Amino acid sequence: MVVSEYRIQGATGDWEVVIGLEVHAQITSNAKLFSGASTEFGAEPNCNVSLVDAAMPGMLPVMNGECIRQAVRTGLALNAQINRWSRFDRKNYFYADLPQGYQISQLFHPIVGEGEIEVSLDEKDPEGTVKKIGIERIHVEQDAGKLMHDQHPTMSYVDLNRSGVALMEIVSRPDMRSPAEAGAYVRKLRSILRYVGSCDGNMEQGSMRADVNVSVRKPGDEFGIRTETKNVNSIRFIQQVVETEARRQVDLIEDGGTVVQETRLFDPDRGETRSMRSKEDAHDYRYFPDPDLLPIELSEEFVADARASLPELPDDKRHRYENELGLSAYNAAVLTAEAETARWFEALLAESAKKQDKPESDVAKAASNWLISDLFGGLNKAGVTLEESPISAAQGAELLALVADGTLSGPLAKQVFEIMFETGDDPEKIVEEKGLKQTSDTGAIEAAIAEILENNADKVEEYKGGKDKLFGFFIGQTMKAMQGKANPAVVNQILKDKLG
Amino acid sequence: MADIIDLGVAEIRDGFRGGQFSAREVADAFNDAVAGAEALNCFIVTTPEKAIKAAEEADRALAAGDVAALSGVPLGIKDLFCTKGVQSTAASHILEGFVPPYESTVSGKLLAAGAGMLGKLNMDQFAMGSSNETSYFGNVISPWKRNDGGNAPLSPGGSSGGTSAAIAAHIVPAATGTDTGGSIRQPAAFTGIVGVKPTYGRCSRFGIVAFASSLDQAGPMARSVKDCAILLEAMAGYDLHDATSLDEPVPNWEAGLSSDLKGKKIGIPKEYRVDDMPEEIDALWKQGEEWLRDAGAEIVEVSLPHTKYALPAYYIIAPAEASANLARYDGVRYGQRELPEGANLQEMYAATRAAGFGDEVKRRIMIGTYVLSAGFYDAYYTQAAKVRTLIVRDFDAAWESCDYLLTPTAPSAAFGLGDLSDDPIAMYLNDVFTVPSSLAGLPAIAVPGGLNGQGLPLGLQVIGKALDEQGVMNAGLALEERAGFTHRAEKWW
Repeated sequence: MVVSEYRIQGATGDWEVVIGLEVHAQITSNAKLFSGASTEFGAEPNCNVSLVDAAMPGMLPVMNGECIRQAVRTGLALNAQINRWSRFDRKNYFYADLPQGYQISQLFHPIVGEGEIEVSLDEKDPEGTVKKIGIERIHVEQDAGKLMHDQHPTMSYVDLNRSGVALMEIVSRPDMRSPAEAGAYVRKLRSILRYVGSCDGNMEQGSMRADVNVSVRKPGDEFGIRTETKNVNSIRFIQQVVETEARRQVDLIEDGGTVVQETRLFDPDRGETRSMRSKEDAHDYRYFPDPDLLPIELSEEFVADARASLPELPDDKRHRYENELGLSAYNAAVLTAEAETARWFEALLAESAKKQDKPESDVAKAASNWLISDLFGGLNKAGVTLEESPISAAQGAELLALVADGTLSGPLAKQVFEIMFETGDDPEKIVEEKGLKQTSDTGAIEAAIAEILENNADKVEEYKGGKDKLFGFFIGQTMKAMQGKANPAVVNQILKDKLG
Repeated sequence: MADIIDLGVAEIRDGFRGGQFSAREVADAFNDAVAGAEALNCFIVTTPEKAIKAAEEADRALAAGDVAALSGVPLGIKDLFCTKGVQSTAASHILEGFVPPYESTVSGKLLAAGAGMLGKLNMDQFAMGSSNETSYFGNVISPWKRNDGGNAPLSPGGSSGGTSAAIAAHIVPAATGTDTGGSIRQPAAFTGIVGVKPTYGRCSRFGIVAFASSLDQAGPMARSVKDCAILLEAMAGYDLHDATSLDEPVPNWEAGLSSDLKGKKIGIPKEYRVDDMPEEIDALWKQGEEWLRDAGAEIVEVSLPHTKYALPAYYIIAPAEASANLARYDGVRYGQRELPEGANLQEMYAATRAAGFGDEVKRRIMIGTYVLSAGFYDAYYTQAAKVRTLIVRDFDAAWESCDYLLTPTAPSAAFGLGDLSDDPIAMYLNDVFTVPSSLAGLPAIAVPGGLNGQGLPLGLQVIGKALDEQGVMNAGLALEERAGFTHRAEKWW
């Protein structure tokens, strides 16, 4: 067990924070959990609403099997127990964004049980500490609609587009001990969900959000009383909630108060949490099995198919990149942290191997270095994501092939890359049009060298007299005369021959 | 020829097809009968124009040689079924004025089979009641009167009381009912008609206002077993829109009808002999045994040991489900809304639901809310769910020694309106014979057996194995043939 060093300094000594997260992840699916309405983001209010979602009289939920499949795949990816028998329950409460007056959820028999994931505190530092975070359960439930309070002076409006959208609630064990661990956990979870394709992980669109459970204790003591801060929608905010809530609780306890078990809200503008409701006026949700739905019974075959459909997951991929492709631990970690990066890299790798007619392991290193330093550098500078890259994986592979076959020198390749990034043109076209091709034409190089040696007879003498360092001068002069396009190896060879 | 309004479904269908009368004549006759029976208060809305339109289509279809199963037959539809373009209220104020833009699967199947709709039948509010006294739109008055010379208005039973009264009064030939704990069978018994509660899942619940989802079943009510078989065939079938719907083929029940019970065993559950049961009901029950024996069946005594727990379990499970099912009537999206000056959301809910629900509905929402509450859930809901499992096992065990069970339908004949309205428990006891089979999801039929000393109908119930509607209706047919029940209420309305 890795012991976190994160401590909150209080008047009475150091305090440890204990964090558990309930992550609500929207399941990627075309239709809602219990209706055929679309789940598309950004539609006009109340355009993606079926009669079922609006809870019209006599309407009944019918389970969308794809959502169940995605939840099972997610559970498998989190190394979790798949419950072959699960059931939906009704969670009863009144609110204007909840048309049925109850949310269909899973309390008593969730579809996924215990699991765990490995979290690196710094995903890009492979030597850094790795910690296991337990998953308590995943259950599937419906999302609610949305209230809009800014449309009318005295009334609130309701948008039911999200009503009935499928969510997975992924409940962690209280295994995190610092804001950084909480952040790393969510990043890793998001990475796995994106690999699996069960959630797009877009926190800014509300596809992923977390309820943050925080308590404090003196290291080694029993757990303290926790508060739950609802609906936190970015990793930065999650970390802020942990920091401010832990600080608040320590100050409260040290001032002689006690932490109340309650639901809190985070105000990002003020960077603070505030009480929403306490345990005393907490809802009694009166959960009971939803009689409109049959229990979910999963066959062995269904689970096996779900398992077979899983892609290679980030940890496995990272190990393979290191062990089979010979990438550095750092490169492997960077390339596997996000599914999209790995997908891009693998396309680049496949194209490179094909164009150079070599095994992938022979071209992997160059490809990974180019991707991480050149392309990522360019993307960063331009402030665009890999998805928006002006250079395709095939174009990148072509550029790497031109370097490998000696057509482009390193410096020329950089020039070509800049132009590719600017224009999106193919590297061959750029080389052709701008005449950036590296030349190995010995006749031209020899002619240039002969002229340089003639014009610098004094330096030739000095070199021959033992001033070896002047070799670099001759190379520089030759490259300049050749406008950078001469093959350095050829220049080297001819110069050595001529200078004796 | 008999009056058209005295004909049943099969007779109308066949007479129409045989050209003895047009569908339009049938529709006109029943529309007139409906219009002339306002005193019974059977309908919440009437839709004569719809009945006429369907009749005209039926007449055209006949001319084109293209009739459907129910072409020419007008029906009543219980107001629990949502009907496209026609107000559907479940007899409540909170849904007053609600006009669904959709059709329930069951009513849609009937209309697609060529049936016409005479109107929406009154009922107990949200199907909660056994007397039709909880409707926001007023009591339904049974066409029956006691023969004591008094003129006390009687209950048609409930919750399908508008249905039972309308059929008994011959203002509709047949109609849909729904049964959660006896809401088809008890009113059928009270009014001397036939009602079938099919196996849970036989008929789709899609578009039927939900009372208790794990119990609600639609079924036919008519004046003969055969008519019920014809209607059920049109109503039943798998529906993708109802996850609890059974994916089973729909048999040709009408063709399969046979009152020959040779080789069948009829179980008489000893626990159904309840205290204080009127002598006449006991006598009819024994008479029923004789009739079935006469039809070739063997009579055996069976035990359903957990019967006495069925009613309490039912009155926990049904209200629990109802308390959630009725949460959607909140004034936000449709139906009535009460918005007192300056009210916030919670106050709007409270005002809307206080004004929109009747007393019995509120009572059951409160009971249901209570039994699901933290600290009470295990003692009530979990226990009731366990009892339900035991009841199912009781029936499973009984099926090892018999094919059907014969019981009375209700523990009394129709009572006077108002007689039990101050005593909910006495009212709930009306369901004592019908609730166990509801909890077990089994098919059952109520068939009129005779009249009591006051001249009021008494019914017999046959319960069968899951999916054996055929057997249940066959046993019902055997009773029907031998009972020869031809009594009808004298027209006073």
